[in-house]
Amino acid sequence: MLADKDRIFRNLYGVRDPGLKGARARGAWDDTKAILAKGRDGIVNEVKASGLRGRGGAGFPTGLKWSFMPKQSDGRPHYLVVNADESEPGTCKDREIMRNDPHLLVEGCLIAGFAMGANAGYIYVRGEFIREREALQAAIDEAYDAKLLGKNAAGSGWDFDLYVHHGAGAYICGEETALLESLEGKKGQPRLKPPFPANVGLYGCPTTVNNVESIAAVPEIMRRGAAWFAAIGRPNNTGTKLFCISGHVEKPCNVEEAMGIPLRELVEKHAGGVRGGWDNLLAVIPGGSSMPLIPAGATGCDDLLMDFDGCAKHKSALGTAAVIVMDKSTDIVRAMTRISYFYKHESCGQCTPCREGMGWMWRVLTRMSEGRAQKKEIDMLFEVTKQIEGHTICAFGDGAAWPVQGLLRHFRPEIERRIDEYTARSSSLDARDPVPQAAE
Amino acid sequence: MSVRRLAPPELQPKDFAFTKTNAEWAKQQTEKYPAGRQQSAVIPLLWKAQEQHRGWLPEAAIRHVAEFLGMAQIRVLEIATFYTMFNLEPVGEFHVQLCGTTPCRLRGADELEKVCKKRIGEQGHVTKDGKFSWVEVECLGACVNAPMAQINYDYYEDLNAESFGEILDGLAEGKKVKPGPQIDRQLSAPVGGPSTLTDPALYAGAKK
Ligand SMILES: Cc1cc2nc3c(=O)[nH]c(=O)nc-3n(C[C@H](O)[C@H](O)[C@H](O)COP(=O)(O)O)c2cc1C
Ligand code: SF4
Ligand code: FES
Repeated sequence: MLADKDRIFRNLYGVRDPGLKGARARGAWDDTKAILAKGRDGIVNEVKASGLRGRGGAGFPTGLKWSFMPKQSDGRPHYLVVNADESEPGTCKDREIMRNDPHLLVEGCLIAGFAMGANAGYIYVRGEFIREREALQAAIDEAYDAKLLGKNAAGSGWDFDLYVHHGAGAYICGEETALLESLEGKKGQPRLKPPFPANVGLYGCPTTVNNVESIAAVPEIMRRGAAWFAAIGRPNNTGTKLFCISGHVEKPCNVEEAMGIPLRELVEKHAGGVRGGWDNLLAVIPGGSSMPLIPAGATGCDDLLMDFDGCAKHKSALGTAAVIVMDKSTDIVRAMTRISYFYKHESCGQCTPCREGMGWMWRVLTRMSEGRAQKKEIDMLFEVTKQIEGHTICAFGDGAAWPVQGLLRHFRPEIERRIDEYTARSSSLDARDPVPQAAE
Repeated sequence: MSVRRLAPPELQPKDFAFTKTNAEWAKQQTEKYPAGRQQSAVIPLLWKAQEQHRGWLPEAAIRHVAEFLGMAQIRVLEIATFYTMFNLEPVGEFHVQLCGTTPCRLRGADELEKVCKKRIGEQGHVTKDGKFSWVEVECLGACVNAPMAQINYDYYEDLNAESFGEILDGLAEGKKVKPGPQIDRQLSAPVGGPSTLTDPALYAGAKK
C-alpha cells in the first residue's frame, strides 16, 4: 500500500482547511518561484521524466503534450485550459480536488501555464459543480491577494491570470475540442482534428487542455523530483492515482493509491471489499463507463492490475480510474443498457453514426434486457458498434461502442438465455417482435 | 441527443431584463475574456438569467442576453437548447435533479425515483403549491456517494427512500436541511473512517 507520506492529495476528504493557510501547512506554494526558475524546458523535462500520463481518460504523457506548444510565440497568446468537466459516469475525483485542496490545482496552473508560455488559464468546471466552483474561485481570490497570481506571480517575474469558467450540463464538453467551443460561447460540438489545439486551440491560439488531477499533481512532482514519482507504480504506468470506487462494495470511496495496485487489494483495503465477498463479484468497469467491463474470475478481475497496461491486458482501459463494481445481484444487461442510454442522451448529434447509432443500440439493448429480441440481433449489434467505432469526429463514438462490445464479449450467453426464456414464455413464435431494420 | 424546445407562448413573459446588480455582474464576467470575445460569457449569463427568473429560462431572457453580448439571437437560442441545465419550462421552488446513471442505479436510485413519482408526480411537472419539480439527469460526478440528487445548488448524497423523503419534508416546511452525505461519513471517505491519510506528520507544516 502507498505510504501516507507519498500521497499528493493530503486533504482529499476535506477534514482540514482547504484555504491558503491550510494548503501552505501541507506544503503547497512552498517557494514556487524556485520551481519557475528552472525555466520552461527544465519543467517540461522534469514532468516528462516523471512519466506522468494524463488523468483525464486517454493517458497521454503530460510533459510530451506540453512540449507541443510553440517555443516562441508568433504573436498569438498561448492558453492553458483545465478540464474540470468531470462527467464520465463513475468519476468523482476532480470534485474533491476543487473543493478540498484547490490550491494544488491553482499552483499547478501557474507552473503548467509558465511551462507552455501561457499568461492566462481557464478552468472549465461542469455546471452542476456550483459549490466546487465557489471553492475554487475562493482559492483563486486568495492567491491573487497573496500575489501568487497576476503580475509577477509568486515573485517569479511571470504574469499569469487564472479564470474559472463553467458549463451547463453536457458530457460532451469534456472532450477537449468541444470544451474549447463551449468556452468560446458556442454549442459544445467537437472539432475535427487536425489542427490540434497546440496549434489552433482557444480563440485560434496555441492551447493545451489538461485534466484537473494531471495539473494538480505537478507541484508535488516538481518539489520532490521526477525520480520520486517515477519510482511509484510500474514503468510506463508511474505515480499515484485517485481511484473512485463505486457500486457494490461495502464502503464506496475515493482513495489515492499507487498505480498498478491489484484490483482486489484496492477494493478490499479501502472499500471494505465486494458486497458479499470477493466470490460474489460479477464484473467491474475499471475506468469509467466508456471502458469495457472485465468479468470476475481467474482470467478477469483476479489478476487485474489497476494501471494503463494492466487494464489493456484485459481489453479494457484505465480511463479515469473510476472503478464501478457489480456483484452477482446485478442485472448486467440492464446496467449496460442504462449506460447506453447515457450515450444516447449525451451525443452532440454532429455525426450520423453516433447520433443514430446511440439510439439504435439503446433500443436493441432495451429489448435484449427483456429477452424480447432475436439471436441474430446480437451479431448485428456487434456489427453496429464496429460501424460506429473509429468512424466519428470524436472519441465519444468509441467510448459508447466499447462498453457494448464488452457486454457482448463476456455476457453473450446471458443475453441468449433471456431470449430463450422469453421465447419459451410466448405462446407462439409469432409473438416475437420482428427485427427492425431501420431507425424506429 | 436530447431534443428540447422553448415553453409554449402562454407561459412566456413579454419582457426580461437583468436587474442592476446582475447587469453589473454580467459586465464583469465579460471582462474575463480577451477583447472581442465577450461571447464566451454566454453560458454564465444565461445561467444568471435563469437564476433571476425563478429557475427557468424564457425566450425574452434569451433575447436579452443576445443583445447584451451582441450575438445573433439564434446563436443564443442554440445554446439554451443544447445545454440541459437550462430549464426551458417553469420548475418548482425546489428543483430536484435525480441522478439515474448506472453507478447510482446500482445503489438504489430506483427507490428514489419512486419517491419522486409519489411525492412530486411525473418528470417536469410542478406541484400545485409550486414547491417541487423533478427530472432524471445523467451522472452528476458524485458516484462514490450514490445514490444522490441535486436540489437547487446542493448535492444530497448517500440517500435512501427515507432520508430522501425527510429532506423533501424539510424543504417543504422551509427548514434548513444539511447537504452532502446523509449517512455518517466524511465526504467521499469510506464509512467508518479513512483507510489512508492518518499519519499526523503529513500536517506538521511546510517542509522547508
Ligand atoms: C466524450 C469525451 C468526454 C471526456 N470527458 C472528459 C472529462 O470530463 N474530463 C477530462 O479531464 N477529460 C475528458 N475527456 C478527455 C479530454 O478530451 C482530454 O483528453 C483530457 O482533458 C486531456 O487531459 P489529460 O491529458 O490531462 O488527461 C473526454 C474525452 C471524450 C472523448
Ligand atoms: S462522435 Fe458523437 S459526440 Fe462526437 S462529434 Fe460525433 S456526434 Fe458528436
Ligand atoms: S452515477 Fe450518479 S453521481 Fe455518478
